[in-house]
Amino acid sequence: MIVLEGVTKVYRMGSVEVHALRGVDLHVAAGEFVAIMGSSGSGKTTLMNLIGCLDQPSSGRYLLDGIDVAELNDNQLAAIRNLKIGFVFQSFNLIPRSSALHNVEMPLIYAGSGDGRRERSLEALDAVGLGDRAGHQPTELSGGQQQRVAIARALVTDPAVLLADEPTGNLDSESSLEIMKLFTELHQQGRTIVLITHESDIARFASRVVRVKDGLVQSDMPQVAYAQ
Amino acid sequence: MNILEALRLAVNGLVANRLRSALTMLGILIGVGAVILLVAVGNGASAAVQAQIQSLGSNLLIVFPSSARTSGVQGGFGSQQTLTFQDVQAINNQSAAPDVVAAIPISNSRGQVVFANQNWNTSVNGTTQAFPQVRNYTVGQGAFFTAEDVTAGRKVAVIGPTVAQNLFVNGEDPVGQSIKINRQLFRVIGVFDSKGAAAFGGNQDDLITVPITAAWAYLSGGRNKNVASIYVEASSNTTAAKNEVTQILLDQHKISDPAQADFSVNSQQDIAATASQATGILTILLGAIAAISLVVGGIGIMNIMLVTVTERTREIGIRKAIGARRRDILLQFLIESMFLSGLGGLLGILVGAGGAALLPKLVSALPTPVVSVPSVLLAFGVSVGIGLFFGIYPANRAAALNPIEALRYE
Repeated sequence: MIVLEGVTKVYRMGSVEVHALRGVDLHVAAGEFVAIMGSSGSGKTTLMNLIGCLDQPSSGRYLLDGIDVAELNDNQLAAIRNLKIGFVFQSFNLIPRSSALHNVEMPLIYAGSGDGRRERSLEALDAVGLGDRAGHQPTELSGGQQQRVAIARALVTDPAVLLADEPTGNLDSESSLEIMKLFTELHQQGRTIVLITHESDIARFASRVVRVKDGLVQSDMPQVAYAQ
Repeated sequence: MNILEALRLAVNGLVANRLRSALTMLGILIGVGAVILLVAVGNGASAAVQAQIQSLGSNLLIVFPSSARTSGVQGGFGSQQTLTFQDVQAINNQSAAPDVVAAIPISNSRGQVVFANQNWNTSVNGTTQAFPQVRNYTVGQGAFFTAEDVTAGRKVAVIGPTVAQNLFVNGEDPVGQSIKINRQLFRVIGVFDSKGAAAFGGNQDDLITVPITAAWAYLSGGRNKNVASIYVEASSNTTAAKNEVTQILLDQHKISDPAQADFSVNSQQDIAATASQATGILTILLGAIAAISLVVGGIGIMNIMLVTVTERTREIGIRKAIGARRRDILLQFLIESMFLSGLGGLLGILVGAGGAALLPKLVSALPTPVVSVPSVLLAFGVSVGIGLFFGIYPANRAAALNPIEALRYE
């Protein structure tokens, strides 16, 4: 599903070159639940931006669902983000002043699919247990509920990968647990999930943990081995 | 993303900032309203002037004294009283001017008119017996003065209905009453029928006519036998009459070169053309002043759209992350700014048209403004166009945002 081969990313900050990624190899198969861990500055955010097609590698190859992303232009990248990737952010990132339903509909609007938009969006809200909150504004929902709306929005296009960046970072421990249970359920339903976090408590829910440090993959092992 | 969805987003965005949207719209509203109102005033003035010129009668020629050249020194228009009563008599000579029906002199001044304890300030016209015929006046009560009255210089007057209303407030019959014009006693022998309002607040019913000889003798102190203008009623062949009048006056004034003429003969068409040129310039000038405020309104829109884009950087990042393309973002903000200016324009049309309807009630001297459909369509089109033009830069800025940086924006 996700194939990264020798991926590097170099930023220029003024006259200084920052090597955020120094050659990352990563394969994620369909249906996997992978946690990418690392402290700040490790390059995990850059990695997420690349996997999420918000950015393109300086060198190396990235195949997402068989598509070479490095070759794509802005509009094609937007289409990939729209159809293949479902983003879940730390700060929920719902569109303010738009109902939960409208937020969930948004990717379908940009996809240009008019038929069954409302039904699909309501289904997605049902799937995260918020079918009865469709008309609520983000400000009328709790943090946990907002994150569920965000997850419904990520799921509505039936993407290849669900990409979650510190999804519990802004939540209390109870809501965090609920969200992680939701991710686990989605995993059991066969979703491919990539979770970026720095908390091992959260990474615990994944079936595989990849540790990133100084722009390189430091370790990559199944959950059982990591737990030991 | 389709237009309808973009429109929904735009309305959402505008409703979220009601006061700001309303104030921004106000700029366009005032601009469009001003354009429509001022152009309507210009058009109204133009229409009123044209109507007044039409009402003079299409066969009318007016002779004005013009710049007189005296040993190389050129005076301005009307700088010298070059027309005389003899000129009028010469024009009235049927054999010399077969295409002239009648010619009358006009010697006019303002005068204070008194009857009993009422007084009124009006235009006092010294003229001859052919005045009603040439100027299309009819006498309702009494009669107009005769050639004999003119020859004898009798102190008789025929007054307009407005003068009658203001002097004879107790419903007296004006005919036979004595009034004082500039302290000279005149006897009213007739009252004109109403002719209605004239251009620029002028009132064709507000006048007094007296024999020109009486005007010279009693109203201008007997020193000055001036003729301010000559009105000539021509037969259907206006051009021939104009040539005859010109030739007669050249002979009268002993001028051999027509280019040196110290008078000008204007047909109704000449006057209409000059007037429409003048009122056309007025309309353009008024429209241009109003258009400036429209541009200012457009800059206001651009300013607010830039603020909006900055405020919504994060939202733009989110939209891009979930699959919005550049053109989706561009469209969203362009439609928002066009909606803002278009709605402002629509309201401006209402305000402009409403103002045009209300203005004559507030300022009675103003001719009725004429709201023209092209000016309304143009104003609306221009306001939407302004939204487009001034929206492009902010929308482009939004569309070009890097999604990673936009998402990180606090």
